[in-house]
Amino acid sequence: MRHIMSLLTENEAGALSRVSGLFSARGYNIESLTVAPTEDPTLSRITIVTSGSDAVIEQIFKQLNKLIEVVAVMDLSEGEHLERELMLVKVRAIGSVREEMKRMTDIFRGCIIDVTDKTYTIELTGTGQKLESFLQAIDRSLILETVRTGASGIGRGDRILKL
Amino acid sequence: MELTGAEITIRCLQEEGAEYVFGYPGGAVLHIYDALFTQDQVKHILVRHEQAAVHAADGYARSTDKVGVALVTSGPGVTNAVTGIATAYMDSIPMVIISGQVPTHAIGEDAFQEVDTVGITRPCVKHNFLVKDVKDIAGTIKKAFYLAKSGRPGPVLVDIPKDISSHKTEFSYPSSVNIRSYNPVQQSDLGQVKLAVQLLLAAKRPMIYAGGGVILADASKQLTELVHLLGFPCTNTLMGLGGYPATDKQFVGMLGMHGTYEANMGMQYCDVLLAIGARFDDRVVGNVEHFNQEKRKIIHVDIDPSSISKRVKVDLPIVGDVANVLDDLLAELRGSKEKPDQQAIAPWWAQIKEWRGKNSLVYKHSDEIIKPQFVIEKLYEVTQGEAFITSDVGQHQMWAAQYYKFDKPRRWINSGGLGTMGFGLPAAMGVQLAHPGAHVACVTGEGSIQMCIQELSTCKQFQLPLKIIMLNNRYLGMVRQWQQFFHGNRYAESYMDALPDFVKLAEAYGHIGIRIEKPSDVEPALKEAFERKQQLVFMDFITDQTENVFPMVQGGKGLSEVILAEDL
Ligand SMILES: Cc1cc2nc3c(=O)[nH]c(=O)nc-3n(C[C@H](O)[C@H](O)[C@H](O)COP(=O)(O)OP(=O)(O)OC[C@H]3O[C@@H](n4cnc5c(N)ncnc54)[C@H](O)[C@@H]3O)c2cc1C
Ligand SMILES: Cc1ncc(C[n+]2csc(CCOP(=O)(O)OP(=O)(O)O)c2C)c(N)n1
Ligand SMILES: [Mg+2]
Repeated sequence: MRHIMSLLTENEAGALSRVSGLFSARGYNIESLTVAPTEDPTLSRITIVTSGSDAVIEQIFKQLNKLIEVVAVMDLSEGEHLERELMLVKVRAIGSVREEMKRMTDIFRGCIIDVTDKTYTIELTGTGQKLESFLQAIDRSLILETVRTGASGIGRGDRILKL
Repeated sequence: MELTGAEITIRCLQEEGAEYVFGYPGGAVLHIYDALFTQDQVKHILVRHEQAAVHAADGYARSTDKVGVALVTSGPGVTNAVTGIATAYMDSIPMVIISGQVPTHAIGEDAFQEVDTVGITRPCVKHNFLVKDVKDIAGTIKKAFYLAKSGRPGPVLVDIPKDISSHKTEFSYPSSVNIRSYNPVQQSDLGQVKLAVQLLLAAKRPMIYAGGGVILADASKQLTELVHLLGFPCTNTLMGLGGYPATDKQFVGMLGMHGTYEANMGMQYCDVLLAIGARFDDRVVGNVEHFNQEKRKIIHVDIDPSSISKRVKVDLPIVGDVANVLDDLLAELRGSKEKPDQQAIAPWWAQIKEWRGKNSLVYKHSDEIIKPQFVIEKLYEVTQGEAFITSDVGQHQMWAAQYYKFDKPRRWINSGGLGTMGFGLPAAMGVQLAHPGAHVACVTGEGSIQMCIQELSTCKQFQLPLKIIMLNNRYLGMVRQWQQFFHGNRYAESYMDALPDFVKLAEAYGHIGIRIEKPSDVEPALKEAFERKQQLVFMDFITDQTENVFPMVQGGKGLSEVILAEDL
C-alpha cells in the first residue's frame, strides 16, 4: 500500500542523507521525497511517499523514529490528510495548439508562467493523480520537459505535526 | 584558560572516566596524540592495525559495563576501523570512536588521506558527528558517550578535522545532555506487564528466550529470579550466553542454527514465548513461515521498538529496558494472587526431558585424534568455568558456545551479528586490560587467527598473558562444513594451505607456543598454560580435520527440521 509520511528533522547537513540512506540500505521504496526548512529554522520537514506491506511500513516508521536527527514522524495516510504536488511543464505551443493549451491549463486550474513564441511553461498544483491526468489530457508529443516536486502532505484539521 | 581542541578531546575522555583508549596514530590525529602524551590518566594502547583497536575497545566494553574508546587517523585509519565498528554495531556494543579528519578547508578536495568518514560509517554506527568548531568538541563528545550507552547501545563516531584539534577555546564539560529528538524509553507500560503476567501464568508450554539485551542491561540476576519463580525452561541466544546460568537445571542450552535439540523444539512447540532482549535473528528462528505454523503467544521485551515484530509478529510488545521490565514483572508476579502452577506445566517438562534425552551435543570421543569439543570441555574444567572466553568465527566459535558452560554474564565475548573473523585476539586484549589477573582465553581457528595475528605484538608490548586456544583443523571449517552438506563435498578454497609453524610464530613474537597433537596431552597442556600467569601461551591443537558442528538447522529450514550427529 502507498503511504505518505511526514518527518520533522533537525535542520542539519547529515539528516537528509540519514533518511535517504535508511531507505536504500534496507531496501524500502521511495516514490518521492521532498525537504525544506520550516518556520522554525532549526527544523526541516520531509515528506516521503513510500509503499510496502503493513509490516514493512511499521518497520519504516520505527526505523525513521530511531534516527537520532529525526524529531518526529507521522504516517499521514493513517488519517485524514491533504497532499499537493507542484509540476512545471514546458510544452511546444505553436499555431492552434496555443489556444488548446491555454484552455486545458484553465480547466486544470493551472497557470502559464512563461511564454515564448514557440513554448508555454505551465504551472500546476494538485494531487499526483491530477498532475498525471493533465499529462494524459494533453498531446504527449508536445511535452518538452516536466519537473515535479513530489508530494507534500499535511494532516487535516487538528492533525498537526509540530514540536 | 584556553585549551586546544586536542587537549579538550583528552579532557573529555578523562571526564568520562575512560581508562584506556585503543588506537593508532597518523597525521590527522597528531595534535590529539600530543595531548595524550602530556597526561597519564587515560592510557593509550597501541595496536598494530586499526581494526584491532576497535575490536579491543569492543572487548573491553563487552566484558565491563563501560564504553570502549578507540582513536584512529583519517583515511586508511578509518577504513581499517570500519570492520570493527560494524561488528560493534551489529551486536549493540557501546563505543566511542574518535577519528581524525583532514583540515576543514581541505575537506572535499580529495586531500591526502581524506575519506568521507561520516558517509562511510553512517550505516554502521548508532550516530556520527563531524565537528566543525572547536567550541563544539566537548558537547559532541558528551553526546557521543550518552548516545553510545543509553537506549539500545551502539558505536558512535566523532570525526575531528586536524585544524579543529589545534584551535583553542575555553573548556567546560557539560554536566548533562539533552537531545530533543532522542528519548529512549525508560519506564515501560505497566498495563502490558500485567497482561504479560496473565499470559505467563496461563501457559501450559512456556518458554523463555533471552538474548544479548539481558547482558547489555546487566539484568541476569533478575532474569534468573524470574525463571526460578516461574519454573519455566530458559534458553539463550549466542549473544545471551551467561545471561542465565548454563549449569542451572532449567537451562535448556543455546537455541538456533547450532542450538540444542530441546531448546529448538521447545521454541517451536511452546504456547507462550517470553522473548527478552533478543531479536528473532535468522540464525535463531530459521524459517519464519515454518516457525509461524505453530500457534503461540509471544511477549517481546526490547528497548528498541524496531526489534519488535521485525521478523516475527509479536502479540504483546513491551518496550523498555530489560532490567526495569524484569523488575516490574517480578513485582507483579509476587503481588499476584495466582501463583505459577508447576503441576500444569509438568507434562511440558516431561516432553523437554524426552528431547533432552536425545543428547544432541554428544560426539564421538577418540584416543587418537583430538576432538575439538573435547578441548573446550577440558578448557571449561581447567578454568572451572571462570574464564573470560573470546572467540573468532567458525566451527570453533560454535563449539566454544556449546561446550563452555557460562554461568555469568560478560564472560562470553564473540561477534554474533557480523560474524567477524579476526575479532577474538584483539577483543581478548581489551578484556584482559579490563580484568587484569583474570583468566582470558581466545578460542580461535587457524583461519581466523591469521586475520589479526599481528596483535601478538601488542600483547607483548603490554604484557597481556592471554591463552590462545587454536583449534587447528587445517580448514576454514565452517565453510567446509557447508560445502560438505550443501555443495556436494566440493571444498572450494576452504583448505588452509601453507600454514605457518604457529609455535615458532608465537616465539618470534616473544611468547610461548605449544603444539598439542594427542588427546592425552590436552589437559596437561591447558593446565600448564594457565599456570603461566605472566605469559601469553599460544596453543596449537591439531584437531580432527573434518569434525562438524551439530545439531544444525540449515538456513531456510524450520527449528524442528534439525540435523543431529546421529542422523549422518
Ligand atoms: C557462525 C555463526 C553461527 C551462529 N549461530 C547461532 C545460533 O545457533 N544461535 C544463536 O542464537 N545465534 C547464532 N549466531 C548469532 C546470530 O547471528 C545473532 O548474532 C544472534 O542470534 C543475536 O542474538 P540476540 O537475538 O540475543 O540479539 P542481540 O544482537 O544481542 O540484540 C540484543 C537485542 O536486545 C535489545 N536490547 C539491547 N539492550 C537492551 C536493554 N537494555 N533493554 C532491552 N532490550 C535491549 C536490542 O534492541 C536487541 O534487539 C551465529 C553467528 C555466527 C557468526
Ligand atoms: C572476515 C570474514 N571473512 C569470511 C568469513 C566467512 N567465514 C565464516 S567461518 C569461516 C571459516 C573460519 O575458519 P577457521 O578460523 O579456521 O575456523 P573453523 O571454522 O575451522 O573452526 C569463514 C571463512 C567471515 N565470517 N569473516
Ligand atoms: Mg579451521
